[in-house]
Amino acid sequence: MLEVGLSHYLFLGAIIFVLGIFGIFLNRKNIIVILMSIELILLAVNINFVAFSYYLGDLTGQIFSIFILTVAAGEAAIGLAIVVVYFRNRGTIAVEDINVMKG
Amino acid sequence: MYSDIFSILPEIILAIGAMLLLMIGVFKKDGESSVVGILSLGLIIITGMFVYMQPSEPQVAFNDSFTIDAFARFLKILVLLGSFVVIYMSNEYIQEARLRYFEFPILILLATVGMMLMISASDMMGLYLGLELQSLSLYVLASFHRRSIKSSEAGLKYFVLGALSSGMLLYGISLVYGMTGSTHYSVIATVLKAGDVNIGLIIGLVFIMAAMAFKISAAPFHMWTPDVYEGAPTPVTAFFAGAPKVAAMALLMRLIFEAFPHITNHWRQILVFMSLVSMVLGAFAAIGQTNIKRLVAYSSIANMGAILVGLVAGTQFGISSVLIYLTIYLITTLGLFACILAMKREGEMVEDISQLAGLSKNNLLMASLMGIFFLSLAGIPPFAGFWAKFYVFSAVIDTARGDAAGVAHPGLYWFAAIGIVSTVVGAFYYLRMVKIMFFDEAVIDTLDPMHGKLQFIAVLAGIFTIFFIFFPDPLISSAQIAAASFFR
Repeated sequence: MLEVGLSHYLFLGAIIFVLGIFGIFLNRKNIIVILMSIELILLAVNINFVAFSYYLGDLTGQIFSIFILTVAAGEAAIGLAIVVVYFRNRGTIAVEDINVMKG
Repeated sequence: MYSDIFSILPEIILAIGAMLLLMIGVFKKDGESSVVGILSLGLIIITGMFVYMQPSEPQVAFNDSFTIDAFARFLKILVLLGSFVVIYMSNEYIQEARLRYFEFPILILLATVGMMLMISASDMMGLYLGLELQSLSLYVLASFHRRSIKSSEAGLKYFVLGALSSGMLLYGISLVYGMTGSTHYSVIATVLKAGDVNIGLIIGLVFIMAAMAFKISAAPFHMWTPDVYEGAPTPVTAFFAGAPKVAAMALLMRLIFEAFPHITNHWRQILVFMSLVSMVLGAFAAIGQTNIKRLVAYSSIANMGAILVGLVAGTQFGISSVLIYLTIYLITTLGLFACILAMKREGEMVEDISQLAGLSKNNLLMASLMGIFFLSLAGIPPFAGFWAKFYVFSAVIDTARGDAAGVAHPGLYWFAAIGIVSTVVGAFYYLRMVKIMFFDEAVIDTLDPMHGKLQFIAVLAGIFTIFFIFFPDPLISSAQIAAASFFR
């Protein structure tokens, strides 16, 4: 029977983190997907923190992850607000259209 | 417990004051925003006085997660200066751009609270929360001109890349926490002193460094900088170029000198790479720019690279040279942006460099001030910017001869040489600006005369830039006292 240990949690965290990073860079369609990828990254970090916290027997990591959840909520609110402002100006939220400034 | 609250008093005053001003702004009729602006200037002065009155003896509060010392005091006053000048300069711009929202000074105040927390944080949790308080305010500020396509696009880009960098910072912190068992800088340093450096910790360190490079806009994580500088409203760009850079640099310094002082060789190679790439890229990429705000963006990337040179040195002299550089850079940039804010033709802002042609014929004062700021940023003596570069490069040469343990680092000679060569390349585009203003024929009408407030700020910054060579002692001695905080 397979014992689930710290390294399994770290692998899960790393995989979700990499998924989030790729979601930001490879996505060509929609800004909402980018917002979801950012949430994925933060949740991967939370998995890391809680796993370390449990295996170290130290509560700091769990407190940290609660702070991260709180900040993530604020970040999502501001991100969506900026997306709404952008949509009002451009009428689109496709990633490939964000190109007024470049160089 | 009471002494804890006393230590954090300036931050509390600023935060509660900002919320009170928010209430005043909401209940004030007819959208009169200037009252909030004036009150916020007073609030910054009061906070600055409280910061100045704090003891310079190092003190810790809140279970070792918040430090006040001479270093924190120096940088907090610098950050408050940056915020004060930006609020003072921006009032006219906001009236004319029909952006009369009272939230503008309040968002700057909240970002300033975040920056002050960043400067004092000596725990990863405090670091993260301060950084997010600052960043969330800055995302909104970047997209503040909400009817402008450019501004909302700048805000969107800044938000996505800023959130990504926060995620990378957190991942790095989680690894460092897992490997050392604590988020306190002092505990991390103790664990690392015992010689327990494994690959997980190094990966965590690299993630944290990459995220910090985002925040100080050092290459190779600089790509948001030109777009955000160009798109954001000009007073916001002036703010971005000054105070947040100072705060992020302070955060980086406290992190590497309090949490990772025993693995200097590991973070030094990361900083050498970031610094070299920033200086070279800042020098070459600015050459083809036509928009003045993009030009300043590349100039700030190059200057951040030069500031990192002092961090690479890793000595007390290196830290004091970084503090001197940050002060000179902040004042020069604020003066330069006072001139950029004055670039108007018939009430409309102009941002193209060619519009400055022949400026010296009709506005000699503005042309000379801009010329002085550009020459100072290029590092041409006798202006202040030369001495800033002189100190950081002498610090790194000192370390190349032999660091605190007496070990020589011959590779750093090459590093300093490449840095100085890229500074010379960078001088090309600064000199081109001077040529455009003084020797080109004006093609179109003259610019509008400079507004009194902007002229006042620009003249003050110009006086500092010219006369620093005669009176360097106050700045240098206070920077040395501040730098000694890490070596006691």
